[in-house]
Amino acid sequence: MDFTIFLIQLLNSLQYGLLLFLVASGLTLIFGIMGVINLAHGSFYMIGGYMAFALAPIVAATFGGGFFSTLCVGLVLAVVLGYVLEWAFYSYLYEREHLQQVLMTYGLILVFEELRSLLVGDDVHGVKVPDLLAGSLPLGEVMTYPVYRLFISAVCVALALGMYFVFSRTRLGMMIRAGSTNREMVQSLGIDIKFLYRVVFAAGVAIAVLAGMVAAPVSSVYPGMGNQVLIICFVVVVIGGIGSIRGALVAALLIGLVDTFGKVLLPDAAGVLVYVLMALILLWKPDGLFKAG
Amino acid sequence: MPKPDSASKVLLRGRDITRRWGGLVALNKVSVELERGSLHAVIGTNGAGKSTLINILSGEFPPSEGQVELLGQDVTDWSQPKRARSGLGRSYQRNTIYPSFSVMENCRLAAQARKPAPWAWWQSAARCEVSTAAAHDAAVRVGLGNALDRTAGLLSHGQKRQLEIAMCLATGPEVLLLDEPLAGMGAEETERMLTLLEQLRPDHAILLVEHDMDAVFRAADRITVMVNGQVIASGSPDFIRNSPEVKTAYLGDH
Amino acid sequence: MTNNDTSKSVFVAAIFAALAIYPFTGSEFGTDLVTTTMVFAIFALSLELLVGGTGLVCFGQAAFFGIGAYSAVLLSPQYDPGSVAILLPAAVLTAALYALFVGALSLRTKGVYFIMVTLAFAQMAYFVVHDTSLGGGTDGIYMTVKPTLGAIDLGDTQALYWVTYVLLIAVFVFLAVLSRSRFGRALAGIRVNEQRMRATGFSTYPYKLAAFTISGAIAGLGGFLFAVKDGAVNPELMSWHLSGSVLVMIILGGIGHLRGALIGAFAFVLLEELFKSEAIFGEFSKHWHLGLGMTIIASVALLPRGLVGLPGQWGQHLLGRATRRAEDMEVQNAKA
Repeated sequence: MDFTIFLIQLLNSLQYGLLLFLVASGLTLIFGIMGVINLAHGSFYMIGGYMAFALAPIVAATFGGGFFSTLCVGLVLAVVLGYVLEWAFYSYLYEREHLQQVLMTYGLILVFEELRSLLVGDDVHGVKVPDLLAGSLPLGEVMTYPVYRLFISAVCVALALGMYFVFSRTRLGMMIRAGSTNREMVQSLGIDIKFLYRVVFAAGVAIAVLAGMVAAPVSSVYPGMGNQVLIICFVVVVIGGIGSIRGALVAALLIGLVDTFGKVLLPDAAGVLVYVLMALILLWKPDGLFKAG
Repeated sequence: MPKPDSASKVLLRGRDITRRWGGLVALNKVSVELERGSLHAVIGTNGAGKSTLINILSGEFPPSEGQVELLGQDVTDWSQPKRARSGLGRSYQRNTIYPSFSVMENCRLAAQARKPAPWAWWQSAARCEVSTAAAHDAAVRVGLGNALDRTAGLLSHGQKRQLEIAMCLATGPEVLLLDEPLAGMGAEETERMLTLLEQLRPDHAILLVEHDMDAVFRAADRITVMVNGQVIASGSPDFIRNSPEVKTAYLGDH
Repeated sequence: MTNNDTSKSVFVAAIFAALAIYPFTGSEFGTDLVTTTMVFAIFALSLELLVGGTGLVCFGQAAFFGIGAYSAVLLSPQYDPGSVAILLPAAVLTAALYALFVGALSLRTKGVYFIMVTLAFAQMAYFVVHDTSLGGGTDGIYMTVKPTLGAIDLGDTQALYWVTYVLLIAVFVFLAVLSRSRFGRALAGIRVNEQRMRATGFSTYPYKLAAFTISGAIAGLGGFLFAVKDGAVNPELMSWHLSGSVLVMIILGGIGHLRGALIGAFAFVLLEELFKSEAIFGEFSKHWHLGLGMTIIASVALLPRGLVGLPGQWGQHLLGRATRRAEDMEVQNAKA
C-alpha cells in the first residue's frame, strides 16, 4: 500500500471511528447512568441525517442560512425531541426489565422508521457539502483529501473534549457520575434525579442527531441507516466496556481502523471483520476493554 | 464422604486471605479454621469484611492473596460449583430462595446438585428419588416438614430463612457458611434456629456470621472479631468477652 | 394448583384440536397462512426456552432460523426433490452448531451485554449471506424442487401443513417435558438466581450453553420449514427485525409459558395481517410497521404479563391483591 493511500485510509478510519464514538457514547451513557438499553438510539442518528436533508430548504427559506444554521436548528429540535421522549416513554423504563426496555425501544424504532417513510419517503438522498468546506487538501503529489471529512473529525474531537470537560470539571458532571453509582444518594443530596436524567437523555439524543447531521454529506441518507449504526455501536460498547466513555472511544477508533482497512485489504470479509474482532475480544476480556465501576 | 484427611478435624482453612478492591483493602491477612464439631462465629461491624470472607471461602470471587483449603486440599483456584460439590455449603444474607417454587421444589433443586443428570430430560425432576429424599430430609430438619407444598414466596420471613438453610443442607455439605441466618427473626424462630445449629454441630464445621450477640455467645465454640478487614481477636467466647481490645473496638459501642 | 394445571392442558389441547380441524374448513390461502404461523410458533418456542426457561434474552435468534433455512436450500439438489430425512437433520444440526459457537462466546457475558452480543453475532451471519456469493447475496436463493419424505411431497400445501403440525406438537411436548426434568428445573433455577445455583454446586455455564444450543436447533427446524414453505430464502431471514419480531411474539403471549409462545405467534401474525390489510387501512397499509410499533409499545405499557396473564389481570380488578400476588408468582414460573 502506497503511503499516501495509507494516510488517506487512516484519516478515513479516524473520521469513521470518531463518528461511531459520538453515537456510541450516548448509548453507553444512557445505559451507564439510567440503566436503559436504548435500541432506538440509532434512530436518532437517522433522524439527524434526514434533518440535514429535509430541514435545509426549510431553514434556508425561513432564516436564509445554510448548512450551519440547519445544524443549529437541528440541534435545538433534537434537544426538545430528547426531552419529550424521555418524559413520554423512557422515564417508564428505568425500573423495568431489560427485556421490556428492548421491546419498547424496538417498537419506537419501527415507529420512527415509518414516520420517516411517511414524511420524507424511502429514497436515498445526497446532502450537499457546505460550500465553505467543499475543497480538498493536496496529499502527496496526486492525491487530495476532502476538507469536509477533516471537519467531521474536528467536530467529533471538539465534542469529545467537551464531554470530557463536562464530566470531569463541572458540577453537572459530578452529579451525573454520582447518579450512575448511587441513585438514592444523589436524591438525598437534593438533586432532582428526574431532571438530571432528562438532561442526560436529551444530550445523548442531541449528540446522536448531530452525528447524523454532520455525517449526512459524506454518507448520504437512506432508510435503515440508523440500524446499521446502532448495531456497530453495540459492538463498540461491548468491546469498550459498558458505561465507559474512554472504552467507547478506544473501541470506536479500533473499529474504524478494522472496518476501513478491512474494506481495502479484505473486501469480501469486510462486513464480518468487525464481529470477528468482537468475538476475539470477548474471548480475551468478556467485560470489554474498560469496564466501568 | 470419608476421605483420608478428614480424620484431621479442620475441614476448611483460610490462610492469610487478603482482598483488595482497587486501593481499598477489604480483607487484610485474615486466617480462619473451621473444625468438625465446632461452631465458629465471626462478628464485626458492618463493612468489617465478614461477607467478603464468606464469599471468598465459598469461591464467589478469588482472594487477592492467600489460600483456601477444603478437606486438606488447596481449592483456591477451584470454581464455586466445584467447591460446593466437594462439600461446601453456604447460605445468603438475603433470601435467595426461588419464590415461585414450592418448599419441596426449592430443596429438591438444591439436592439435585448431588445427582444433576442433566441428560435425563425425559424424566421428571420429581421422580428423582435421591434428591427427593435429600430434599425431604433437609426440609424436615429445619422444621418445614409441614409446609412442603407451600409456595416459597408466600412463606413468613422466618420460614424463608429456614428454607434458605434447608436448601444449603439439601446439598449434603460438611462445611456450612451461614451469613446472618438469624437476621429479622423473632425470638421463637431464633430459638428454633439455634436448636438446629446445635443438632448440626456434631457432623459439620460451621461458620456463622451474625449480628445477634446473645445468640453468638450462646452458640459459638470460637469467636473471631473483625474490624476494618482485620482480625483483632479470636478465641473462646469467654476470652472474647473479656478481651480489652474487643471491648474498646467493638463491644464497647453497645 | 392441579385445577390450574388441568385448565392449562385443556387450553393447549383446544388449540391443537382447532389446528387439526382447520385445514378441512379453511381456504388454501388460510391453510398456507396457518402453516406460516405454526412455523413461527416453533420459532417462538425456541426462544421461549431461552428467555422464559433460562432467563437469557437472546436478540439474535433469527440467525439460527435463517441458517436452518439457508441450509435447507443450499443442501437441496437442484433438479430432484431432496430428502427430508437428510435435509431436516442437516438444517437443525447446522443451526445448532452456530448456536454452540455463538453461545460459547456470548454466554461469557451477562445482561445487556448478552443482548448486544447475540444481536451482533446474528448480524455477522447476516453479513455472510448478504455480502458473499454463498447465499446469493441480497436476492437470496431458491429451492427449485421441494423435498419429499417417502410418499409425502412437502410441495403440497396440505402435506406441509400436517408435517408442520406434527413437528409443532413434537417441539411443544419436548419442551414441556424438558421443563419438568432436572435439566429444566436447573435452567429455571438459573433464571431466578444464577449465583445461588453456583453456590449450590451447579456449573451453570454448560447448562446455559446446552439450552442455547437446543434453542438454536429448534429455531433451525423452524427455518427449515420456512424455507420449504416459501421455496426461497433471503438475508432478511437473519435480520434483526425477525429477531425482534420473535421476541415480540413471546412477550405478547406471555413470557414463562410455553403456551404463551403459541398464542403470541398467532396474535403476532394476525396483527401483522390486520395492519397489512388494504381493506381496512387502505393506502396506509404500506406503513404497517407503524401500527405494529405502536402495538408493541402499548403492550409493554399495558400487558406486562402478556396475553396469558390477561385473565389474571382482569381477575385482579375483581379479587384484589391476593390474586395478584399469586399471579406474579405464576409469571415467574416456567411451567407451560
